[in-house]
Amino acid sequence: MNNNVNPSVLAMRDTGPSPEAEITRDIVKRGLIAAPVLIGASWLIWGDAGAWSSAYGLGLVLCNFMIAAGLVATTARISYALMMAATLFGYILRLGIVALAVMLVRNEPWVDLVALGLTLIVTHLGLLFWEMRYVSATLAFPGLRPDASSSTTVSTDNLSKESASA
Amino acid sequence: MEALATIARIAAEAGDAVVDPATAKNTAAAASAGYAYGLAAIGPGIGIGIIFGKAIESMARQPEAAGMVRTTMFLGVAFTEALALIGFVAFILLKFA
Repeated sequence: MNNNVNPSVLAMRDTGPSPEAEITRDIVKRGLIAAPVLIGASWLIWGDAGAWSSAYGLGLVLCNFMIAAGLVATTARISYALMMAATLFGYILRLGIVALAVMLVRNEPWVDLVALGLTLIVTHLGLLFWEMRYVSATLAFPGLRPDASSSTTVSTDNLSKESASA
Repeated sequence: MEALATIARIAAEAGDAVVDPATAKNTAAAASAGYAYGLAAIGPGIGIGIIFGKAIESMARQPEAAGMVRTTMFLGVAFTEALALIGFVAFILLKFA
């Protein structure tokens, strides 16, 4: 047994399939399923502007999830340290994108700010809670998910190379 | 908000500027909205840092659990980020609605 291995977060990376992409795919699918109901409800309450605003808000939320998942999945293949850095800066970047996207359209006649704001919050939280139900089940019973073994693909190649060269 | 309006009015009076209450109130509303967004972004930033720090610690300790850790980490980050979104929505509603 080699006791000289010094696991370095800088060298650790994950070369397997990313669970974030799978989660986001599910979230987008459910978002598209819920879209007609959400847009219809907004149309009933706020009229045409509400419907367009809800559609825009839903698109923003789904794009936000996709950018977050893309950042994590891409950088996890390079290094966990980079993943952390990309996510923390990505958080600011995504907040900026959402703010910019809302600021650009806030004076448009087809935008109802209350509908847009409420859609951002309700959709974000609703889709997360919806997804959470399935993730909780698969965490409690990992056998339910066929690709649970993907978690064993963490690459330690760099670690063994480092320890060999040390 | 009333307190901020009072502060803005007093500051304006101290500078010998003539500010009507409506302008002072609008200024205070803008400042409050800015504070709401700024403060709402700080908390989730700290939370996301803690989540990622702990997740990386877990993956370093137990690499075979990385998939499970990343799944819960991603959901945790998204839930934490919802707080910042709520702050942003409060900001746009206070400022523009």
